[in-house]
Amino acid sequence: MAQTVASTETRQQVPREETALITGSEAIAVACKLADVDVITAYPIRPYDTVMQYVAKLVANGEMDCEYIVAESEHSQFEIVKHASAVGARVFCGSSGVGWMYAFEALTVTPALRIPMIAMVGNRALDDPGAFGVEHNDALAVRDLGWQLVWVDNAQEALDTALIAYRVAEDRRIFLPCAISCDGAFLTHSQALVRIPSQDKVKAFLPPYQRADLLLHPDNPITVAPQANEDWLMEIRRQNGAAMERSPGVIREAYADFERIFGRRYGNPFFEEYETDDADVVLVGMGTLSNPVRVAIRQMRAEGRKVGFVRLRWFRPFPAEDLARTLSRFAAVGVVDRDFSWGAPYLGGVLATEVRTALYPAARHPTVVGFIAGLGGREVTVPDVRRMVESIEAAAQGKAQPATQWIGLRE
Amino acid sequence: MGRLYAVEIVYRGIFQKTLAKNLSRAIVLAAHREGKPGISFGRYGDSPERNGIPAKSFAIVATDDVTLEEGMAQYEPKEVDVTIAVDDTLCKGVESWAWYGLQPVNRLLKPGGTLIVTSHQEPAALIEMMHRKEHPYQLAIVKATPSFSGLWVYKDDHTDVRILGALAKVLPDLFSLISLQEVIAEEWKDQLKAASALRAYERISTVEVLPTQGNPETPYRFDFPKWHEMREGIAIPSIPRGAAVVDAQTGETGGYRPERNPTFKKFTTRTMRPVVDFAKCIKCTLCWLQCPDSCFDVMPDGMYDASMEACCGCGVCEAVCPEKDCITMVNETDFRDNASQWEAWRKDPEGYARWVAEKIAVRPERSHGFRFRGQYEQQVPGELAAARDA
Repeated sequence: MAQTVASTETRQQVPREETALITGSEAIAVACKLADVDVITAYPIRPYDTVMQYVAKLVANGEMDCEYIVAESEHSQFEIVKHASAVGARVFCGSSGVGWMYAFEALTVTPALRIPMIAMVGNRALDDPGAFGVEHNDALAVRDLGWQLVWVDNAQEALDTALIAYRVAEDRRIFLPCAISCDGAFLTHSQALVRIPSQDKVKAFLPPYQRADLLLHPDNPITVAPQANEDWLMEIRRQNGAAMERSPGVIREAYADFERIFGRRYGNPFFEEYETDDADVVLVGMGTLSNPVRVAIRQMRAEGRKVGFVRLRWFRPFPAEDLARTLSRFAAVGVVDRDFSWGAPYLGGVLATEVRTALYPAARHPTVVGFIAGLGGREVTVPDVRRMVESIEAAAQGKAQPATQWIGLRE
Repeated sequence: MGRLYAVEIVYRGIFQKTLAKNLSRAIVLAAHREGKPGISFGRYGDSPERNGIPAKSFAIVATDDVTLEEGMAQYEPKEVDVTIAVDDTLCKGVESWAWYGLQPVNRLLKPGGTLIVTSHQEPAALIEMMHRKEHPYQLAIVKATPSFSGLWVYKDDHTDVRILGALAKVLPDLFSLISLQEVIAEEWKDQLKAASALRAYERISTVEVLPTQGNPETPYRFDFPKWHEMREGIAIPSIPRGAAVVDAQTGETGGYRPERNPTFKKFTTRTMRPVVDFAKCIKCTLCWLQCPDSCFDVMPDGMYDASMEACCGCGVCEAVCPEKDCITMVNETDFRDNASQWEAWRKDPEGYARWVAEKIAVRPERSHGFRFRGQYEQQVPGELAAARDA
């Protein structure tokens, strides 16, 4: 959350970090500037387009030196940066909702080709209807394809995570793209006070992008993305699977280094725990719904109710063992899905289905209740959160609850 | 828990988008000078903005981070300490994309909260336009012509800093004049702007508005259907066909009045309305043809009556009318209802002619936005001079 300006004492000792009033989108644009991104493609769609506007401003003002290309569609937008990355450029891209879906062919081949693209997804409801408000289905749509997926809940975290994402994605052991999800409106469009790190700290943290043996260049005679058949495909897929298996370790290294260099501590990179130490029941969720959830939890704690919250950051790679170990401490778990998955097991959302799967091998099984909430930008309110907690408290007491419940729906 | 402050800025879409953003940002930055964290945002549901449609920006500030988080749990505030209306025609109420029905401009104000309006009107005139509120509140007027800009070009007539100066006076706990001056120096580096803020701070005064004062009408509102009460397939029924009009004076039936959207009326988008002198009309049909929203009803005698329930004040009718002084756009604050002009003319043609003459006698510049290079350089010196004398 917002930090206050450094004290006078600190000011005298070290160069003061700049604090700016910026949105989550602008924070990511600033990270691109600090990371000295080489090629950025753009195609407007709300709410992601705020980042393309900020980048355009930085480029026009001479504050950032990069190739800025407005493509004629998202499909081309993502194709262009994919190719730029293949020839050694550090790239950035982004989209929202059905714009992201329009790029789907490009999104599919990007991880397959081991392209470390960083994309910002301004989470937006999928058409139809054409709502601009937040829903997580857009980013989640690529969850099987090899994209690393991370959700942030404030502008400071957006900036920091963008820098971390470059470090992780461009690590030769990984070379998988990463999409940073920012809730439409709540994060993309609200301005908060963010500390901007200095360029030398970023230089110390983020090495240059080296495509090495995979670089498309006349001095490196290779060809990529050939036609293949059943003799080759499984081994190729296995390689990409191995890269994703290595990702958690690289993520941990990156966060540790981040803390060392920037002085900001995120603890467990994969998920953040709030008031879970002695909790009986917890909610699990991603993104900015953390705000009303934390506020509601403080209220309920004051009433003597032991409830906590686990905010998942990294959805891919999914921290199954770690999360299962944490969640199996509780009597009941409520998973808040800001997404839908028609026809899924028990009519649950995507996150609920993944959490149930993660818990399956655990020795202790909490009751898992799924909640669908906040779709299309509808606020998840403090009363909504209280309703969800009432349900999981009832579950913890052995009272049967529906497997999936819609919260805040007019019914 | 600490203190939470919420300020909303009600503005005309596109024309005042930058003004609203400057205001909400400056509020957060000024409060931040005093160690208070804050968030500034435009109401997302209001986008994409259309010319003139009422929209809102918010600045949420707190004494500490925890209190700010408590405040932000309710993302769009349900109550505010101060409402800033940067166009006085907004006092009639606002129908936005993000809010169904007609919302009184003072709706979110806490008991004792302050409504700051930019206007040249007197308090009594503004109070007359505003809906009654269940508890008292304060009204402060920053004497200024409402400031309209283009989307990409900002008219820097000091409206922003004058409002901020007034805000520092009416809510000193939010930020002090000194903090404001520091932000002005850093953001705009303009001594003249700092002086304008100081002048507004010194001159602003408030009057109390009681629950008995104001427009007694109940603003229209709608209830939302339940999910199973809605037609499937995201299909919306069309507005039915219109019908002929009955002339109340003669009983004659004729003409055509289209049916209009019953749940989104749009008339609070207008800042000016067409005053029609039917005696001059030659029935060329151009106003009726060219109105982008089909606001003109065809009357039984073949005259064209702009429906004030639908008109959003674009001014195309005035522009295309070939007859001098037949259609004239007049500031919306000059009117108190949406009554039919044609009916008024039919009932009392001479009285109506006097009314028209009075309404169109003074014709200040009523266009919005940026129309030519150098426009603002022409307008701003006059406005700054007026502000100095205000």
